[in-house]
Amino acid sequence: MTSLSAKDKAAVKAFWAKASLKAGEVGADALGRMLVVYPQTKTYFAHWKDLSPGSAPVKKHGQTVMGGVADAVSKIDNLTAGLLSLSELHAFTLRVDPANFKILSHNILVVLAITFPDDFTPEVHVAMDKFLAALALALSEKYR
Amino acid sequence: MVTWTDFERATIQDIFSKIDYDVVGSAALSRCLIVYPWTQRYFGSFGNLYNAAAISSNPRVAAHGRVVLGGLEKALQNMDDIKQAFADLSVLHSEKLQVDPDNFKLLADCLTIVVASQLGKSFTPEVHAAFAKFLAVVVAALRKQYH
Repeated sequence: MTSLSAKDKAAVKAFWAKASLKAGEVGADALGRMLVVYPQTKTYFAHWKDLSPGSAPVKKHGQTVMGGVADAVSKIDNLTAGLLSLSELHAFTLRVDPANFKILSHNILVVLAITFPDDFTPEVHVAMDKFLAALALALSEKYR
Repeated sequence: MVTWTDFERATIQDIFSKIDYDVVGSAALSRCLIVYPWTQRYFGSFGNLYNAAAISSNPRVAAHGRVVLGGLEKALQNMDDIKQAFADLSVLHSEKLQVDPDNFKLLADCLTIVVASQLGKSFTPEVHAAFAKFLAVVVAALRKQYH
């Protein structure tokens, strides 16, 4: 797909400045939502006692995921290099099918739309969609 | 055959009773044309689609968004056999409009996001799941007559 333009990066950083304040909440909601709406994703979390939205493991892991997103924002100028070790983790240890990155990205966007209805304009939406797609691509880098 | 739980039926009815068709239709279609600009290929006659502002204020986009919502309402009224209800629509999209069916998912995603921002916190994971299932059935029905 297309790489991030200067305009995209500026839009992502500006929106993230606001969104980062609720990152944990957004992550927890997105993850919990994904497990309900796309139940096939539960297969990666069979080791959790409670997969329901709002449960402790979901909240904790949602924060972890958004920590990764925050990190990616700071490394937006070179996502592939910046996310190398995360890519290795996902490729060799977690072995998450990369198709799922798209699913989680969609759920993150839905939660952003709910949480920031006025700020999540179409322009911000396209920049964030591109950014999450670029992030997913960087995460897939080490798979094969 | 698609089976709907009572919760799913009630939820989907509820969503449609709460949303403003003009607002949601227009916002969803505009968002699709902005976020996935290649979808503009089907709207060459719509005039000015040069930037997000132009798309968002284009009256033909707004009108067409309303048409799309009308289609969804038809699905709502025929929930037990959307495939049958959409047979002609499917032929229209494949034979006459020649829309790449992968685009249906893109519009469905934009619709989800617009409805989510309209309903806010009440768009819970369970409500989201019911709506996602409804849209998946609609998209499958629209794809059915492609060959």
